[in-house]
Amino acid sequence: MNVQAPIELTSAERAEKLQGMGCKRKRVEDIRFTQGKGNYVDDVKLPGMLFGDFVRSSHAHARIKSIDTSKAKALPGVLAVLTAADLKPLNLHYMPTLAGDVQAVLADEKVLFQNQEVAFVVAKDRYIAADAIELVEVEYEPLPVLVDPFKALEPDAPLLREDIKDKMTGAHGPRKHHNHIFFWDIGDKDGTDEAFAKADVVSKDMFTYHRVHPSPLETCQCVASMDKIKGELTLWGTFQAPHVIRTVVSLISGLPEHKIHVIAPDIGGGFGNKVGAYSGYVCAVVASIVLGVPVKWVEDRMENLSTTSFARDYHMTTELAATKDGKILAMRCHVLADHGAFDACADPSKWPAGFMNICTGSYDMPVAYLSVDGVYTNKASGGVAYRCSFRVTEAVYAIERAIETLAQRLGMDSADLRIKNFIQPEQFPYHAPLGWEYDSGNYPLAMKKAMDAVGYRALRAEQKQKQEAFKRGETRELMGIGISFFTEIVGAGPSKNCDILGVAMFDSAEIRIHPTGSIIARMGTKSQGQGHETTYAQIIATELGIPADDIMIEEGNTDTAPYGLGTYGSRSTPTAGAATAVAARKIKAKAQMIAAHLLEVHEGDLEWDVDRFRVKGLPEKFKTMKEIAWASYNSPPPNLEPGLEAVNYYDPPNMTYPFGAYFCVMDIDVDTGVAKTRRFYALDDCGTRINPMIIEGQVHGGLTEAFAVAMGQEIRYDEQGNVMGASFMDFFLPTAVETPKWETDYTVTPSPHHPIGAKGVGESPHVGGVPCFSNAVNDAFAFLNAGHIQMPHDAWRLWKVGERLGLHV
Amino acid sequence: MIPGSFDYHRPKSVADAVALLVKLGEDARPLAGGHSLIPMMKTRLATPEHLVDLRAIGDLKGIREEGGDIVIGAMTTQHTLIGSDLLAAKLPIIRETSLLIADPQIRYMGTIGGNAANGDPGNDMPALMQCLGASYELTGPNGVRRVAAREFYQAAYFTALETGEILTAIRIPVPPVGHGYAYEKLKRKIGDYATAAAAVVLTMSGGKCTSASIGLTNVADTPLWAEEAANALVGTALDKAALDKAVALAEAITSPAADGRGPAEYRTKMAGVMLRRAAERAKSRAKN
Amino acid sequence: MAKAHIELTINGQPVEALVEPRTLLIHFIREQQNLTGAHIGCDTSHCGACTVDLDGMSVKSCTTFAIQANGSSITTVEGMAAADGTLSALQEGFRMMHGLQCGYCTPGMIMRSHRLLQENPNPTEEEIRFGIAGNLCRCTGYQNIVKAIQYAAAKINGVPFQEAAE
Repeated sequence: MNVQAPIELTSAERAEKLQGMGCKRKRVEDIRFTQGKGNYVDDVKLPGMLFGDFVRSSHAHARIKSIDTSKAKALPGVLAVLTAADLKPLNLHYMPTLAGDVQAVLADEKVLFQNQEVAFVVAKDRYIAADAIELVEVEYEPLPVLVDPFKALEPDAPLLREDIKDKMTGAHGPRKHHNHIFFWDIGDKDGTDEAFAKADVVSKDMFTYHRVHPSPLETCQCVASMDKIKGELTLWGTFQAPHVIRTVVSLISGLPEHKIHVIAPDIGGGFGNKVGAYSGYVCAVVASIVLGVPVKWVEDRMENLSTTSFARDYHMTTELAATKDGKILAMRCHVLADHGAFDACADPSKWPAGFMNICTGSYDMPVAYLSVDGVYTNKASGGVAYRCSFRVTEAVYAIERAIETLAQRLGMDSADLRIKNFIQPEQFPYHAPLGWEYDSGNYPLAMKKAMDAVGYRALRAEQKQKQEAFKRGETRELMGIGISFFTEIVGAGPSKNCDILGVAMFDSAEIRIHPTGSIIARMGTKSQGQGHETTYAQIIATELGIPADDIMIEEGNTDTAPYGLGTYGSRSTPTAGAATAVAARKIKAKAQMIAAHLLEVHEGDLEWDVDRFRVKGLPEKFKTMKEIAWASYNSPPPNLEPGLEAVNYYDPPNMTYPFGAYFCVMDIDVDTGVAKTRRFYALDDCGTRINPMIIEGQVHGGLTEAFAVAMGQEIRYDEQGNVMGASFMDFFLPTAVETPKWETDYTVTPSPHHPIGAKGVGESPHVGGVPCFSNAVNDAFAFLNAGHIQMPHDAWRLWKVGERLGLHV
Repeated sequence: MIPGSFDYHRPKSVADAVALLVKLGEDARPLAGGHSLIPMMKTRLATPEHLVDLRAIGDLKGIREEGGDIVIGAMTTQHTLIGSDLLAAKLPIIRETSLLIADPQIRYMGTIGGNAANGDPGNDMPALMQCLGASYELTGPNGVRRVAAREFYQAAYFTALETGEILTAIRIPVPPVGHGYAYEKLKRKIGDYATAAAAVVLTMSGGKCTSASIGLTNVADTPLWAEEAANALVGTALDKAALDKAVALAEAITSPAADGRGPAEYRTKMAGVMLRRAAERAKSRAKN
Repeated sequence: MAKAHIELTINGQPVEALVEPRTLLIHFIREQQNLTGAHIGCDTSHCGACTVDLDGMSVKSCTTFAIQANGSSITTVEGMAAADGTLSALQEGFRMMHGLQCGYCTPGMIMRSHRLLQENPNPTEEEIRFGIAGNLCRCTGYQNIVKAIQYAAAKINGVPFQEAAE
C-alpha cells in the first residue's frame, strides 16, 4: 500500500475539535457585537416609520378631568394622539396581565401612579413627538395617595381600583378589602403552630426586600408594522418571551395568531424587565393598525425605571423555631406584597407569589407555613423576577437572614448552624415541607470547600480581634463576614404546575442537519446576553459529533422557531437545553439506522464514538455523522423517510435546584457608613457545566447586580407618591471602580432528571449574592446588638445605624 | 429625552460672544462643555432659544503663570487641567479635584469655567476656588471686571454674572511652596455629585499651622468658604482638639438639602468628616 | 429652527449633512449616518453606551449636539476593525476574555478603552477601572472587561498576555 493514510485523530482529539460541552468556547455573538453590528430594536428602520411617545401623569393618584390634545394634533408632523377614549371602542384601554389582573393601557378616568401612561403621541420622528407631548394639556383633580403598603388595608384607605371595586373575587380567590389583591397560603398551619409552641427558641424578624428595578442597559422598545393589504402584523421588540407576546397580541387585538410575526432581535439585557407586555407595545400596534405605517416606540431611562416593571417590594415577617442546640423545627413566614397599581407580576398562573415557598432553603425541617397578602398602592406595577426565578431571591433572602438572626439568638456560629441543619446528600430527592421536591445536592461538600477556600475560622478570629480593637478605640472600622448558602428553584416548569395564560411552560428545540453535515437549530427561548448561540451549539456538538462552528442557532423569530415560553427564571438550559439534547438524540437514533444500513450491520452492532458510529470490535469500519447526513438525503435506507431533523417539546418532569455557598468579607467605616468589600468568594453548583467561561461570566454579572441591590439600588417614593431618583445618577449601578473583585469556584452535582444533568446558573449569583452582602453588613454590627438592618445598605443608612448605636461620639 | 429647538451660534472671539449674548438677552445661554446644560435641556428643565458655543474661542483656553498667579482660561477642560505640568507643580489640588469630577468622558468636555460659573452647588470647582482665594474675570459689554470666587455665588444657579457676561478666566494666587493640600469627596459612585466634600490648603512651620483655607462642596445652596473653621486651625499643631473645633465651626455653617445621598444631618456630619480627613492629609503633605 | 450645514469626518470618510441644531450627535450618527454601533442607555450621560472618539477625546454622544462636532473627526466602533475585517486588538480582547454579554455597552466600552490605551499604553488594573468608570455594564461585572483591555494592551505592546492570578 503506497497510499499514505490520513493521520487519524484519537477520539479525544476529535472530541476537542468539536468544541462541545465543557469547553470554554469563545462566543459566536461577539463577532458582530464587537464591531457594532448587533441588531437591536432601535436599529430597525423601516420606510415611512413613525415614532410614538407617551404623555405621562405628573400625579400618583388623581382623577383626569380633561385631556386637550388639540394643540399637539395641530403641530406639524404629528399624525395622531391616542387617549383611553380612543381605545375604549376597541376594548383596548385595558389589557390582561400575566397575573390575572387587568392593567390600563392608557389611563382611564384616573391615574394610579406617577408617570402612568395618559396619552400616546405619534409623530414623524422622535423630536416632533417629544415636542408634541409638551402640548397635550391634562387637567387633574388630585386624590389621596396611598404609598405605604402597611396602610393599604386600613378601613379608610383610599380606594385605588375603581374599575374592580365591586369584584371582590380576584384571580386567586376572595379579596378582603378594596385594595387587597389576593391571599395565598401553603403548608401545614396547625402543625407549624404546634412546633412553635414546643420550641426552645423562636426567632422572629421582619425582613424588607425593597423595591428595585432590573434596568437593562437597553430599555424596552418595539416597532409595530401593520400590512393592511395582507392583514399581517410584524412586531419587533425587546421580548424575553416572543411567542407569549404573539399569543397575547393575538388575544387582545383579535388578529389571528398566524398573521402576527413577532421578532425579538438582539436584546441589550433583560433581567426580567422584558417578560411582560407594556402599554408601549399595545399603543404602537394600535397606531400602526390605525395609520397603516410602521410605528416605533422606545422608552427613555426615566420611563424605564419608573414604569416598566419593578421587582421585589416584599415585607417578610419570618420566624424560625428551634431547639436550644440549634436544630430547626419549623418556619413560619407572612409576606405583605406591594404590587403597585395593577398586579402585573410575571409569575406562572397558579403562583401569585411565585416560588416563594422555596423559603425553607437548604435546611431540613419537618414543617412550615407561608402566607402572602398582595395589596395595591399608588406605585408602578410589576413584581417581575429581576434576575431570579419567580420570587426566589425574596425567599432566599428571608431564610438566609433568618438563619443569621437565629444563630445570634442561639449564640451559635451561623456557619455551624447551617451545617447542622443542611438537607443531607442521601435525603435527595428531598420533599420540602412547602411542597417542592429538590432534585439533587451535596450541601455539606460545597460548604466545606467554600469554608476552606476562604479560611473561615481564621476570618472569625481576625474579626474578634478587630472588634476588641474597635471597643478600645484603635480602629473606626467594623469587619463583617457574610455567608449565604442558597438553594434556587429554576427551570419552570412542569406542565402539572406551571403555565402562563394557560400555556404550559415547556420549551422546545428543532434541529435540522443539512446534506453537507452542517446544522441549523432553533429554540423557543431568547438570549439577552447569555450566549445561547454559543452554548446550544455546544450541546448539539457533543450529542451529534458535528463541530459547534458548523451549527447555527436561531432564536426570536416566531415564524421559524418552535413555540417556547422564553428566557427568564434560568429556564433556558433546564427546558430548551433539555429539548435540544432530546431532539439531538432523536436524530442520533435515526442516524444509527442509516449507519447500520450503510455498513450492512445490525444497529445493535454499532457503537457511538465522538462523531461517528463504528462497528463494535472493528473500529476501522465506521460512518461519520457528516457521511450519514449526506446519505440521509442521498440514499436513505428503504422504509426510512429521507432527511435528518427532529423537534422536541420538552415538558420537564421537575424543576432544577442549583445551589451555592457564598462568602463575603466587608469593612465598614463607621464615620461615613461606607462599606468596602474586601473579598467575595462564590461557589456555585449548577450541575453539568456546558461552557465554564460563560458560567463564570454569568456569575460575575449576577454578583455585580447583587452588590448593587444590596448596597444601594432602590426605587423610592416620597409621601406624595413621587418616584425618586429614576435616573442612573441616583439608581445605583456600580462602575468598574465600585464593583468588587470576584472569586469563583464550583462543585458539580448533576440534575438526575435533566438529559445532560444541567441546572441553570444565570440567576444564582444574584439570588445568593444579595443575602451574602446583607449578612456581611449585619454581621459587622451584630456584636453591638444592632438587630436586623434593612437594605439597601448605602452609606447614609449605615451611618444612621452607627448613630443609633452611639458610635459617633 | 429630546431637547427643545434652539438656534446655535459659534463665535470665534470673546467680543463676538459677548455681543451675541447682549443682543439675544435672556433667551440665550452660553455653552461650555454642556454636560450640565444639555441634560437639563433634554428633560426640558432648560429651554434656551439660543446657544452660544464658546468652544471655538481660542483665547479662552490655556494655563499660564502671570506674576504670582496662575491664570486658567475658562474653556480649559478638566482633562487638560489633569495633564498640566504647571498645575502639578504649583497647584496640585486642582488635579486632585479634577480627577474626582464626573467621569473620563465628561472630563474631556467639562471646563473649569463651566463648572465654576454654572452655580450648581454640586460642582466641585466653586468651593475649591473659594478655598484658593481665586478671582473670576467676567467679560461683558462694559469690559472686564473681577469678582472674588468667595463673593460670586448667591444661591443655587444664581451668581454675580450679569446678562451678557461670560466668565473668561480664573486667576488663582499660587500658594507657598511646600503648602499642604487635599480635596476629600464623599460620593456614592463615580459620576455622582458629592454627598459632601472639603478642600483644604494650609501651610505649616515649626509644627504649627501658619495659614489655612477651607472650602465645602454641596452642603448648602452655594459653595461655602469656611473662614472661621480655617482660623481655628491657624496657630495649632492640627491636633485633635483643633480639628474638633474646626469641624464644629464648619458643620455650623452648612445647610444641606436631603436627597438620595442622605438626610441633611448626615451630609452636615460628612462635611465635618471630609474636612477632618482633608486637613489631616494636607498636614501630612505640608513641608514643615 | 433653520437646519445647519455641517462637515466632518467619520471613520475616515468625509461627511456633509444638514442638521437641526438640537440634533444629538448620537441620533445623527445612528439615524442619519446609519452607524448603529453606539447606543443610548441612560439619556443622561451616565452610562457611556453612546461613547465615540471625537478629535482624540472619548465623548458621550447623547450629551453632545451634532452641530458641535462640525469640523471634527469622529471614530465609531465601526471604524475599529482593519479594512480587511481583522479585528482590532481590543475587539479581539473583548471576545477572547469574554468581556461582553448582551453587547449593548460594548461599542462604547471599546471606544473608551481605545482612547485609554492611546493615552496610557500600559495601564494598571486600577487605572483601567478608573479609566472606564464612565461606562456602565449590566452583564459582566467588569472583571473580564479589565482582562480584555489588558489582553489588548499586551497585544499592542507586543508582549505575551498573562492573566493575573485570582
